Amino acid sequence: MNGSMRNLALWGAASAVLAFLLLPLLIVLVFAFDASSVQIWPIHSFSLKWFAATWADEEVRGALLVSLEVAGLATLLASVLGTLAAVGMNGLSSRAVQVGAFFLTLPIALPGVLTGIAMNSFFTALEIPFTMVTLVIAHTTFCTVIIYSNVMARLRRLPPSLTEAAQDMGATPLRSFTSITLPLLGGAIVSGMLLAFALSFDEVIVSTFTAGSETTLPLWIFGAIRLGQHMPEVNVVVFVVVAVTLLPIILGQKLAASVSRER
Amino acid sequence: MELTKTMTVSSSQTGPAVFLTGLTKSYGHGKPVLKGIDLEIRRSEFFTLLGPSGSGKTTTLRLIGGFELPDAGEVFLNGKKVTPLPPYRRDVNTMFQDYALFPHMSLQDNVAYGMKIRGVSAAERHERAQQALAMVHLEAVGDRRPAQLSGGQRQRVALARALVNEPSLILLDEPLGALDLKLRREMQVELKRIQKQTGITFVYVTHDQEEALSMSDRIAVFSEGVIEQVGTPQALYEHPASAFVARFIGSSNIFPDGDGDILLRPEDVRLEAEGYVPAAEEQVFPGFIQEVSYLGPVTRCVVGGPETEHTLTVVVPSRGVRGIGEGMAVSAVWSSSSVYPLPR
Repeated sequence: MNGSMRNLALWGAASAVLAFLLLPLLIVLVFAFDASSVQIWPIHSFSLKWFAATWADEEVRGALLVSLEVAGLATLLASVLGTLAAVGMNGLSSRAVQVGAFFLTLPIALPGVLTGIAMNSFFTALEIPFTMVTLVIAHTTFCTVIIYSNVMARLRRLPPSLTEAAQDMGATPLRSFTSITLPLLGGAIVSGMLLAFALSFDEVIVSTFTAGSETTLPLWIFGAIRLGQHMPEVNVVVFVVVAVTLLPIILGQKLAASVSRER
Repeated sequence: MELTKTMTVSSSQTGPAVFLTGLTKSYGHGKPVLKGIDLEIRRSEFFTLLGPSGSGKTTTLRLIGGFELPDAGEVFLNGKKVTPLPPYRRDVNTMFQDYALFPHMSLQDNVAYGMKIRGVSAAERHERAQQALAMVHLEAVGDRRPAQLSGGQRQRVALARALVNEPSLILLDEPLGALDLKLRREMQVELKRIQKQTGITFVYVTHDQEEALSMSDRIAVFSEGVIEQVGTPQALYEHPASAFVARFIGSSNIFPDGDGDILLRPEDVRLEAEGYVPAAEEQVFPGFIQEVSYLGPVTRCVVGGPETEHTLTVVVPSRGVRGIGEGMAVSAVWSSSSVYPLPR
């Protein structure tokens, strides 16, 4: 009796915290299906008509394309840079790794506003126009951190005897990297890429400072809310952003879990 | 030095399997790990590097394999100087302490890895890998991954992987350390059998003196970065070159005697009743039993003297000492010929 009461209280508290965290999100997601153009609770009728309307909106479709391109390119670049950084730093002394990791993680550790302003001043000083290129470069900085830390964590758990064994059997250092190290890092790289993609896809602050005339999906939402226009479409776009962001995160976690089980 | 000269000019078919001269090694600014190692290992020998941890035996093995470079000195394999060569340019295969199996490959692919690197055809790779797996009784499970195997099985795969490339030399770094006692005994026999059958030179690192005695043709005893003695198991046991070797191999009684020390093995001592009168060529130590440990076939007793701090460890057949107990007055007796004066 006493035990079940305590259980009940625990469940209650946990649900309250979850509700506090997730209820606002849930409301936006539900409103995406509201047939009305003004959001008033309770919802009178449900409809998918705003999904169709949003899809028909050229501006939204353009923004979606920009977001996908930026996230995709930044993730690809970051997967190479982050993996190389981790592999290169793995052999160094633990002190050197600490210092290196500190500077590498700054783009994520610093508030987005600082990173954004810094990028903005940097490109302005070099007279580089703000385009898709600057947006991708800016996103690559924080995506690299994600890949780096994912790969580094995996590398730490790979016994050095594996590459020694490969070289013992005649493999050059390059061959032992491509045939042993890289395949064993594959899972860590891919799960890192999924997380990086999600992070880039819904990034607002750094994008604000580096996008120029380009509009990503989060930037479009931001603009629409500020102007108080297209509110039903905003709900639909949020719904899509949540879906596109959550999917890679879930996949990435599943992958990381299965990789850690293998060893 | 003269040996070194003749060996550099000789072909790869002559010269000892391993020849080390003047090897020194230290890490960072720390103490030297190796203080000058000279060693010759013959072809087809089962040769063991024996010593406590930190004595330099594993470092010596890594220098032979090419995983480390010496600060000074040279490494010769089959008469060829290989000191600066990386592992992938040496005709040596290693069985690692943690086995180092590739977790993303089947056992087949693990064993065939070296052949794949050397461009052996897929058909031949498969056949030879199967043969090597058969040698360690794992031919039926070649398509499994290392994670699906027991520790003992992994260890056998590692052995098959080292054997399949038919190197002139296999290095084994405490390969049985992680196995339980029974499996360990089985693998000792198995390793020895395979070594004899293939005729490949084995260089084996262990800190287990019993393992070293039972498997090796010859043993080098390491202590603090130097080799104390090289010899057959029998030579090391019966004629140890130093008190360290005498203590490390087997159990021993060591007493100061004049300038040096003398060694008396526990099994060379027998127990007689109190007041025993020694015959000619016999020595006697009257005392009391301080400790009795029954070990099955034999019983180990520690005898303490009435006027001395020295104790004498005695190992006698258990049948001969029924009814013995702590505190009992006895005479420990040995033949003068079994006393071995330790050098220096």
